[in-house]
Amino acid sequence: MSRATLVIAVVIVATTVARAADIPLDQRRSDSDFVSADTRAMQNDDTANPAMLVVLDGETLWNTRAGATNKSCTDCHGDAKKSMKGVAARYPAFAAKLGRPVDLEQEINLSRVTDQKAAALPFESKELLALTAYIARQSRGMPVAVKDDAKAKPFIDAGRVIYERRQGQLDLSCAQCHDDNWGKKLAGNPVPQAMANGYPIYRLEWQEVGSLQRRLRNCMSGMRAEPYDFGAPELVDLEYFLMWRARGLAMESPAVRP
Amino acid sequence: MARALIHVPASAKKGDIIEIKTLISHVMETGYRIGVTGQPIPRDIIDDFVCTYNGEEVFHATLYPAIAANPYITFFTVATESGTLAFSWTDQHGATQVQTAAITVE
Amino acid sequence: MDRDRSRREILQAAGILAGCGALLQLSIRPATATPEMMKDAVRGVIGEAPVKKGKVKLDLPPLVENGNSVPCTVSVDSPMTADDYVKAIHIFNEKNPQPNVISVKLGPRAGRASFSTRIRLADSQNVTAIAELSDGSFWSDDIDVIVTLAACVEEPKP
Repeated sequence: MSRATLVIAVVIVATTVARAADIPLDQRRSDSDFVSADTRAMQNDDTANPAMLVVLDGETLWNTRAGATNKSCTDCHGDAKKSMKGVAARYPAFAAKLGRPVDLEQEINLSRVTDQKAAALPFESKELLALTAYIARQSRGMPVAVKDDAKAKPFIDAGRVIYERRQGQLDLSCAQCHDDNWGKKLAGNPVPQAMANGYPIYRLEWQEVGSLQRRLRNCMSGMRAEPYDFGAPELVDLEYFLMWRARGLAMESPAVRP
Repeated sequence: MARALIHVPASAKKGDIIEIKTLISHVMETGYRIGVTGQPIPRDIIDDFVCTYNGEEVFHATLYPAIAANPYITFFTVATESGTLAFSWTDQHGATQVQTAAITVE
Repeated sequence: MDRDRSRREILQAAGILAGCGALLQLSIRPATATPEMMKDAVRGVIGEAPVKKGKVKLDLPPLVENGNSVPCTVSVDSPMTADDYVKAIHIFNEKNPQPNVISVKLGPRAGRASFSTRIRLADSQNVTAIAELSDGSFWSDDIDVIVTLAACVEEPKP
């Protein structure tokens, strides 16, 4: 029996009993604990991390005028190193205008459309990834601190339902691998806890930078489930739950992952 | 212009062996990946990387498709005199990009 | 009945996972090099000169996390003086579609005969580094590397 089959078998058997609880707070570890030392070194060296090239592009965009207002992000927000410090650590966050939470990518677009009177940037476009990476970089080292007040709770709970639901042809839930079997090997690589504290990431598999939504869509495809569309409320709810699950862990954006 | 990151120590003592780190944004398309059309995506790589120190070549690499995307190359050189290190990346079509860094050697 | 169903689920899941792996291989490796191609590539670069093991240290992780980006360092034991230095370092592989990886020209100004980069490895295979010294001699080191693919294969970016 191949190792992958064995893990799947263990996982399926395990689900016939009540699933284990959330990972205890003191046992939570960043996904960087599960990558190789070389990958960790790559992440922590600004000259070796390819995502830093994207961060630099983001800095240029931050200072570029756009839209009918012909204003740059700097014109309202000033130096991102000051004004964006801690921001990415608080997203997803409730957007009063929409009556629901948005993630950082959507918040950037809300600003572009509403305040700069510029066109929204497409999901996973170079420009949106660059701005997101640049802003997220300003939170590096700070603890994940998304709000979990009464307004947020319904959305975090909705994210949890998705995370715990068995789905797709493999009939697996995220929880079965990332809560119940983290640390075990699947096809040679250890299963991480799926802590979302490093996005956007440079993923070795993609050979480029991508968002948490892209990663979640990959996971769903990998489980042979139909992935939600980019920007779908389900994805943002799931992002919110994952960031809440990672609360207190240090932000590592932009992280490097296999 | 592809975005590039270069790390050269700002200063060094004469005779020091210094480490230089370079990273450039490039897809390094191998030519072996099959695209959505079912046809291979054409090869597109940087195939030449040169470092000169006040005009003299001190490092020269020929790159093949087996070099990972966003080529990262680190190497050493002796700090001989103050001046300019020039880094040029040339792709298979002959397009070259040059970036420089200054160094003070006492 | 339930037992049969869950056994079928397991086999289905395994088959799908194995299929993912095969799909990924098809898309990135339409043809592979062979040890013969690697020997030819080496001959093409250094001619018929004998190659001795030693002086060269090739650093690669024995178990590769992702074949798309494998950190690689080569160091050669050499004083790097005007009379005794490393002229060139070449890296070859056995199973990528193409046997060459990188060729580096050096000289006494390098100070240290060592460089690092990140390479692509399409499969578990042997990787060889060959150094050419100023006295015309050739030295080598090689490593057998295991490459596993990422577990959950994504679909091509839309």
